[in-house]
Amino acid sequence: MLKLSSSSGDFWKAFARNKGAVFGLVILAGILVLAAFASVLFPGDPWDMATAPFQPPLSEGSPLGSDMLGRDIAAGIAHGARVSLLIGLTSTAAALAIGVTLGALAGFHGGRVDDAIMRFTELFQTIPNFVLAVVLVAIFTPSLTTIVAAIAIVSWPPLARLARAEFMSLRTREFVQAAITTGQSNTTIILRQILPNSLSPIIVSASLMVATAILLESSLSFLGLGDPNAMSWGYMIGAARTVIRQAWWMSFFPGLAIVLTVLALNLVGEGLNDALNPKLARSRG
Amino acid sequence: MTRSISGFQFGLPLAVQRATAAGLLAAVLAIPALSGLTAAPAMAQETPVKGGVLNSIVQPEPPTLMLGLNQQGPTQTVAGKIYQGLLTYDQKLNPLPSLAKSWTVSPDGLTYTFKLFENVTWHDGKPFTAKDVVFSASKFLMEVHPRARAVFARCESITAPDELTVEFKLKEPFPAFLQSFEVSSAPIVPAHLYEGTDFRANPANATPIGTGPFKLKEWVKGSHIQLVRNEAYYKAGLPYLDGITFRVIPDAASRSLALESGQVQQTQYSDVEPFEVPRLKTLANLELSTKGYEFVAPMSWLEINHRVKPLDDKRFRKAIAYAIDRKFIRDKIWFGLGRVPTGPINSVVKFYDPKVTTYEPNIEKAKALLDEMGLKPDAKGVRATVKIMPMPYGETWTRLGEYLKQALGKAGIAVTLESTDAAGWSQRVANWDYEITTNFLYQYGDPALGVARTYISDNIRKGVLFTNTMGYSNPKVDALFASAAREIDPAKRQADYSEVQQILADELPVVWLLEMEFPTFLDKRVRNANKTAIGVNDTYEDVWLAAK
Repeated sequence: MLKLSSSSGDFWKAFARNKGAVFGLVILAGILVLAAFASVLFPGDPWDMATAPFQPPLSEGSPLGSDMLGRDIAAGIAHGARVSLLIGLTSTAAALAIGVTLGALAGFHGGRVDDAIMRFTELFQTIPNFVLAVVLVAIFTPSLTTIVAAIAIVSWPPLARLARAEFMSLRTREFVQAAITTGQSNTTIILRQILPNSLSPIIVSASLMVATAILLESSLSFLGLGDPNAMSWGYMIGAARTVIRQAWWMSFFPGLAIVLTVLALNLVGEGLNDALNPKLARSRG
Repeated sequence: MTRSISGFQFGLPLAVQRATAAGLLAAVLAIPALSGLTAAPAMAQETPVKGGVLNSIVQPEPPTLMLGLNQQGPTQTVAGKIYQGLLTYDQKLNPLPSLAKSWTVSPDGLTYTFKLFENVTWHDGKPFTAKDVVFSASKFLMEVHPRARAVFARCESITAPDELTVEFKLKEPFPAFLQSFEVSSAPIVPAHLYEGTDFRANPANATPIGTGPFKLKEWVKGSHIQLVRNEAYYKAGLPYLDGITFRVIPDAASRSLALESGQVQQTQYSDVEPFEVPRLKTLANLELSTKGYEFVAPMSWLEINHRVKPLDDKRFRKAIAYAIDRKFIRDKIWFGLGRVPTGPINSVVKFYDPKVTTYEPNIEKAKALLDEMGLKPDAKGVRATVKIMPMPYGETWTRLGEYLKQALGKAGIAVTLESTDAAGWSQRVANWDYEITTNFLYQYGDPALGVARTYISDNIRKGVLFTNTMGYSNPKVDALFASAAREIDPAKRQADYSEVQQILADELPVVWLLEMEFPTFLDKRVRNANKTAIGVNDTYEDVWLAAK
């Protein structure tokens, strides 16, 4: 799919030119490793009371300290990375599926289809994202599935608009016109002609959307609307907020984890943007 | 309060007289002991000074201040200064005068006669008489107040022989009757405003008219409720305070800050979260007390739906009891607030008996019981799976849910936590749509009023919260609660209640977790507050502020 730039070598060169992006990629890789090896690094349940409550960082058995019930913060962060990444990725995938499909149909067909789909999209855009997510999760009782669904439902409209714009502009290009003339079906044209050529901005915004999704999940958990059976960073901060004067480490480390992850994703997103839109990157200097 | 002693003992049967005298003595002894907490002993002889405004918190903001219609905690705290009941109670739950200056109980336990204070007026200037009491008990509360209805439905007649006397005749003896006259259980409302009207829609509900030492001056929704001195209060020279202002502060951290900064001089009930208590109690200007909640005497438990297998098996419930460490819950989740319970009755409530089967944490015993039931661990060590739906009443309850999940998991009982909001929780518990939840109920000073309702099979009522929602049924328990409620001999009552406590402790219809204590923080300048069993909900007629 990345035939967009002439070769993957060029892609990497362009990406690597952005030092921040490389730094982001390294952090992201670290977090992925942490998530993948969470059960090896911290065997057992992160909800288990592993040590005495309120142990400060660097005390025995709890490198990052423990919370009010003696649960290990480090274990929570490792296991929480799984939940955060899982929710970030799946909800973005779901939002992509909805957003790109609707955007593609609207942009390709134009006219009434476009009107109908865009009015529908605006309906969602007029409701504040987070408020809608809170309402959805509260109605459908918090669980991983409902949280992913809620985040996807509030995040797809910008993707739909983006895809629509791309499709509208590509629709008039000669290669698309040529494809129409040769009698290819609409589905083929959408999937094989236009979509691959409109992917780069979509990939860039999707990478940023993962970051937003992680933040949304953290905010929901912070408000107590997380899955009560899944340890997540937002939950950890939410639970720690009230004892912040007694135990700063309880909110500091999960907060740091969120900051790093979101920062890494943003840096990577920017790098992708540079690599996938070389013209833009060069003109920016 | 001491001025009323002579009138108060007059005409009492000897036994009652002795009991109340002992109670009074205890109360009198308790007062210096309490003020000793707040001040150096020499200061106990301070003369009260008039003036000053006490600032406190009301949280959440009550829907109304018409106490007859709404008895939520915050309503009680504010409206308890506006309305009065016939009695209040000392911290040993013995009755003290409020609107009634004295009372007698006939030897057969069927007739309760109350003599009212003279010269009492409503806040609108109309005189208060026995007619108001009869109207409140026989009409108003019967219609709108479920708890009062259950009590006054036991009356054959409620009459006013003269302007200042009220006589309640019961159908059968019910000694807990005397515990039912505190301001939230039976607030006296003005007959001249409510008689013949639609009580719930009466415009007077917005401007509560009571007999209490404070009147409503202003209620700015979302900001504060301001009460001012009732100049026409029937006790000369009282109240001391110019007024009391309750501030609405929805955020828990801001409430603690308001207390810390001196913006408020009092917090009560759940205003301050348990985790803030250890920090706030070290502050020099504040005094912490957990007294003043003897009347409500909250007891929390794991509520277990007996309609779900294997929760109907008492061995399973015992396994749960052995698997959890209630001291840990008290010390780490409630930050030391509360007492580890032994059985169904809170230890500050009458007829509490500690001699029952108790359950120390013991994971081996828990596993043995599960083995005995044939619940063997599978490959993952799971013997049974249950769903726990923690009460959505703030994060302390959430922590409790998390703890229970871990603790039961160690015994092989896998727990799935369900989260819900307050409305959803009430709905599901009332309709028996749950497996295990956490819950707490007030005990109202007497097992017949606040304890029996949870365990008697008559009270299995679908759709009604705070009934026997577990579906527990034991004819022996029903019979003991019924006979104890009717018995006028305290020794026989004790025998019945002791037996029922032992049966319940053995069968564990619920697993008691904590006799909850609420923290009351008072600025050290506040005198005479929080002396009775209803603590911060009392009238505050003689509360005063010492100079800085």
